[in-house]
Amino acid sequence: MPKANVTFEKLGVTISVPAGTRLIEISEKVGASITYGCRESECGTCIMKIVSGMEHMSERSVLEDKVLQENMAGSSHRLACQAQVLGGDITVKA
Amino acid sequence: MNASPNAVEVAPGTHWIGALDPSLREFDIILKTANGTTYNSYCVRGDNGVAIIDTVKASHADEFFSRLEQVARYDEISTIVLNHLEPDHSGALPELMRRAPQAKLYISAKAQLMLKALVKTDDLQFNVVETGDRVELGGRTLHFFSTPFLHWPDTQCTLVEEQGILFSGDVFGCHFCDPRLFNDKVGDFRFSFEYYYQHIMRPFREHVLEALELLEPLELKTIAPAHGPILRDAPRSYLQRYKQLAAPLLHNEVGANDKSLLVFYISSYGNTALMAQAVAEGAETEEGVRVSLYDLQASGGLPFVDLIEEADGIAIGSPTINGDAVKPVWDLLSSLAVIKVRDKLGASFGSYGWSGEAINMVEDRLRGLKLRVPIKGVRAKLIPNEEEMQRCRDLGKQLAKHLTGNLERRVISMSELLSQES
Repeated sequence: MPKANVTFEKLGVTISVPAGTRLIEISEKVGASITYGCRESECGTCIMKIVSGMEHMSERSVLEDKVLQENMAGSSHRLACQAQVLGGDITVKA
Repeated sequence: MNASPNAVEVAPGTHWIGALDPSLREFDIILKTANGTTYNSYCVRGDNGVAIIDTVKASHADEFFSRLEQVARYDEISTIVLNHLEPDHSGALPELMRRAPQAKLYISAKAQLMLKALVKTDDLQFNVVETGDRVELGGRTLHFFSTPFLHWPDTQCTLVEEQGILFSGDVFGCHFCDPRLFNDKVGDFRFSFEYYYQHIMRPFREHVLEALELLEPLELKTIAPAHGPILRDAPRSYLQRYKQLAAPLLHNEVGANDKSLLVFYISSYGNTALMAQAVAEGAETEEGVRVSLYDLQASGGLPFVDLIEEADGIAIGSPTINGDAVKPVWDLLSSLAVIKVRDKLGASFGSYGWSGEAINMVEDRLRGLKLRVPIKGVRAKLIPNEEEMQRCRDLGKQLAKHLTGNLERRVISMSELLSQES
């Protein structure tokens, strides 16, 4: 099964995960300082900055795009509850 | 000291047209207001137009419009500035815009979404301004300064350049109602000024310091905030006071490169206290970390919040009683809203009799406050045995390594992560 390596910059830990895993599934287990609200791309609580590896993430859905725009998040941000890792190395600011 | 219904001149052509709310005793749930507050709004007259700076709470709109009408006609109003969109300053905006439909509204970029949420219409026209933008009124120039997060994302300040009057929004404000209005006339409001800072501005002290950098070079004759006295006597002293309040408290206590870890605990039979001691011992074995141990049982009135504001990490020990962490722990955690704790290191531990839910609950709360909680807490059933005490020492050591940055960068698999969790 394809793997992706997700590094949590502030925690100093890298998690090797199966491709397709959502960021929220990893971040809530690893103890990152990200809070979660609705978990369905509505509230914007779990906005997360991607430091590198955005090309290894799933595309934004129209709904995620809307929530990110409403929260004035830049192009390097994703909703942890929506973004899936597809492979390669990804670093998040958490 | 009966309140006059009149508008009050602040400088030639510039008037206070706000409202007094002397009977208010509690503001926004979180603040006590022993003698009420004021909602300060101002009118600036230029040769070519009139600007209204901020409005008032909707319940006090009549008082505001009555004062406004003494100094300007609605058809003269060319400009409306909202420095801050909280309802106590934007409450009268819809009615003002209805009465002065020709007026252009100026807000900060971050205020746009809030405006839509407050006014509940998409039709409202507005102009977004940032630092350096100006509006000419003819002989009077409004100069905008973007000072975000003081205490909402939208906040900005507006200077009348020719008069050196800074309309500062909530910055430099306080809840103090005195119809004499000016700082050289009103009663002693020093307590209110400090209290307001501590509860409203303190969580944003980095933004306070950024704003001060922007405002300090200005030639200020008067600071006209959105609440409380107008600061025309020694206005710079209020900038200096903010600078003192926003500076770190304890910078001499810990060496420049040392990290501070605070271990808090509360214990009913001494078991969680033993664990706290072990966490502290473990942390102390790491060079460059200064460890402090505190019993929350003695927390009444002690400045733990001040300590946490300066600390790099906190570990909290709570027994589990009736399936919950104990009240002094929740009291401590709920007191942290007035400081910035984001990205500090957090951890939890504790002894329990039956189930031990407190540890996870405290960890979740710490994460909710946006602390990092990278290390699973330690639970011990009743009296901790040597293996559990060692796990506490390891927890302390790991926390200390996180603080010093001496932690080996780990690569673990998702399945290992999940097994740690269970």
